[in-house]
Amino acid sequence: MKKTKNILATAALSIGLLLPGTLTFAQGNSYSISKPADSIRPFKIHFSDAALKDLKKRVQATKWPQKETVTDATQGVQLSTIQKLAKYWTTQYDWRKAEAKLNSYPNFITNIDGLDIHFIHVRSKHPNALPIILTHGWPGSIIEELKIIDPLTNPTAYGGKAEDAFDVIIPSLPGYGFSEQPKTTGWDPTRIAHAWITLMKRLGYKRYVAQGGDWGDAVTEQMAVIAPAALAGIHTNMPSAVPAEISGALWSRQAAPDSLNADEKRAYEQLDFFFKHGLAYAQEMGNKPQTLYGIEDSPVGLASWILDHDIRSYELITRTFDGVPEGITKDDVLDNITLYWLTNTAVSSARLYWENKLIFFQPMNVKIPVAVSAYPDELYQAPKSWVEKAFPNLIHYNRLPKGGHFAAWEQPASFSQEIRTAFKSLR
Amino acid sequence: MIQSIKLLVIALFFGTLLLQGKPVHAQGAQPASIAATESIRPFKVKIPAAEIKALRQRIRDTRWPDQETVSDPSQGARLAQLKPLVAYWGRDYDWRKAEARLNALPQFTTTIDGVDIHFIHVRSKEANALPIIISHGWPGSVFELLGVIDPLANPTAHGGTAAEAFDVVIPSLPGFGFSGKPTDTGWDPDRIAKAWAVLMKRLGYHRYVAQGGDWGAAIVNAMGRQAPAELVAIHNNLPATVPAEVGKIISTGGQAPADLSAQERAVFDVLSKFYKDGSTAYNTAMTARPQAIGYGLADSPAGLAAWLLLHPGFATWRFGNDAAQTPSKDEVLDNITLYWLTNTAASSARIYWENKGKPVISAAAQKTQDIKIPVAITVFAEDIYRAPESWARRAYPNLVYFKEVAKGGHFASWEQPQLFSEEMRAAFKSYR
Repeated sequence: MKKTKNILATAALSIGLLLPGTLTFAQGNSYSISKPADSIRPFKIHFSDAALKDLKKRVQATKWPQKETVTDATQGVQLSTIQKLAKYWTTQYDWRKAEAKLNSYPNFITNIDGLDIHFIHVRSKHPNALPIILTHGWPGSIIEELKIIDPLTNPTAYGGKAEDAFDVIIPSLPGYGFSEQPKTTGWDPTRIAHAWITLMKRLGYKRYVAQGGDWGDAVTEQMAVIAPAALAGIHTNMPSAVPAEISGALWSRQAAPDSLNADEKRAYEQLDFFFKHGLAYAQEMGNKPQTLYGIEDSPVGLASWILDHDIRSYELITRTFDGVPEGITKDDVLDNITLYWLTNTAVSSARLYWENKLIFFQPMNVKIPVAVSAYPDELYQAPKSWVEKAFPNLIHYNRLPKGGHFAAWEQPASFSQEIRTAFKSLR
Repeated sequence: MIQSIKLLVIALFFGTLLLQGKPVHAQGAQPASIAATESIRPFKVKIPAAEIKALRQRIRDTRWPDQETVSDPSQGARLAQLKPLVAYWGRDYDWRKAEARLNALPQFTTTIDGVDIHFIHVRSKEANALPIIISHGWPGSVFELLGVIDPLANPTAHGGTAAEAFDVVIPSLPGFGFSGKPTDTGWDPDRIAKAWAVLMKRLGYHRYVAQGGDWGAAIVNAMGRQAPAELVAIHNNLPATVPAEVGKIISTGGQAPADLSAQERAVFDVLSKFYKDGSTAYNTAMTARPQAIGYGLADSPAGLAAWLLLHPGFATWRFGNDAAQTPSKDEVLDNITLYWLTNTAASSARIYWENKGKPVISAAAQKTQDIKIPVAITVFAEDIYRAPESWARRAYPNLVYFKEVAKGGHFASWEQPQLFSEEMRAAFKSYR
């Protein structure tokens, strides 16, 4: 049994970083740490050569199943796609580049609610930047958010204005990436939302916004339900906005009701497809996450499980490995998968499905300001009518022409612009 | 990329078995002529030592997740239970014993509908033995059925009479064990049922019965609907009795109908809970995406073991920590090792995809009203679903035998081979 997780955390345990004067807080409120438990420790990522060698060896030694019996993706990730990925993984892919990219941002660890939480924290050079906490989902990670850091913190270099600037906070969910794996139960989206509120407070932010898709949406909307005074509003790219009667019709496998308009009908059909053909992975992880020993032990098993998230993302990734330039690169895909592998978080990340008690897409009764960007290839492109009903305080809604589930990863320019526009009225 | 299945099949391609006069056909029938494509080839299992060594190496290299965050199996196979089992598998377990058990039995392959079908075929020494074809399910294999072969073929040694003897035919399902892996679609229970009828005909049987549980149950239901002239009756230990209106309520999470009897209500409650707590997730996952789950299982012995043991039929199995429990630790590992060595995790999962979500226990989905031939049912009380007799009578118009026995669960033939065999004798008594 090899121990492959070998993070050399260059964590200066002194709270040097937080000494008054060493940091310019955007909102000007430097603060003193009352107790060491609240300390925020700088963090660097470094995996051993042995861990990388072991990964390569395992991918090369993969025992493959027989090819699927169909000529499409209807039985799951196709053998030819995953073999292309495996070949690229062992011959061209370089994790050290991903590590360098991650380490080019300020990374930190702080203990919240008994758990070490990792986060990237990039402050804008512009005064009065609005702090935003961005939450990833499954099978994503901080990797999916990296492309929007500079456009958000440094908008003038990306066609934005100085007053559009954000301070960006990107935590790793508990059990994901470099955050600690919970040893006990209870880490559901609501508890994570409370932890994020604590994190933003600990960073000294008195007024901030939050953003998320996938599990990030659940966490962000739960933050909005808790509604701490400092949270001015939220943005979501996968809103929980499916009306109860629509949800009921979907679960009982009915055809789309006649009363739906064109946008609603499209959303219904997307959801119907997802419920019928795309929910299996979520049900498995919701029910028996620990049974997925195979994806902790097999890099290719992990990669195929991650690729199988939703059909549009799978098509996008397949095209990428077929050499068609798209919004994400082969390296993007493998940075994310390799992060899961090296941190040994295949099963711990799956537990979030087991912990969750919220119903997918069901409105959560959010009263504070909400902004929504509806991407066409998301699990469903939320129609304006449903969004208006779910969020009485809707401050922004836009239907984008292009992009899917991993919008920040795939369409960083439009995503950053959406965030700027969405929160303009809250500055 | 390690090519890990290299079966050294000692297959004699001439049809020795079918030479006039050689086999003693219980019913005395001999096919007049055998086309080359219909040949029945003797088969022996001999896995190269390198394959076994490679498996042991992979087990040693297993990368484990951290421990589950609960102190029960509610998140899946517990690390503290799975780890010692897998360690035993990689160190002490001896596949050669399993191989010897298989090779002690007459095994054959024959090509049906384009796929090589492996089967065990044991003829009784008794005259007028009734031929029976028994189908296993998932995550099982021919290994589940080895214990019933002698009690059925040689009843006088197991408390039965000579008149109760069976000729036993135990095929491996397409995509399972030593049967070929289909490369085209369409191998659902209906097509397998048709292949079994061809097999029995090819063996020269003019009068036979069929038995199954799990996927085997769906296959015998299909055989019952297809009703080939030679098929006299079927026995099912996972019968499709759930009435359409009840099934609908269970799958949508509704309240129990008021008119259920106490026994029906108990079954309703168990099945409702089963659906609600997501215990069908393994089924859903393989129905939707067999290939997606297949990669990790083909490449990780520990992953494969955990996935197979996820089946509710193993819910009370104690990972070999109870020496009195059947199947034993070695027996369960025989079965898991078979899936590993034949690389059939993905190909076997495809039967769920092929089946397109038609529940095996639903009377409507299994079209039980169309089964006109005699049907016998044994309910093994420790199975998750204990079909009530009232529902069974509604579902199967020609139900000729129904019995609930106190012992035995989902893998009845594996857990209680003697009892299972006695049930076969009793169920088919009047069809000899």
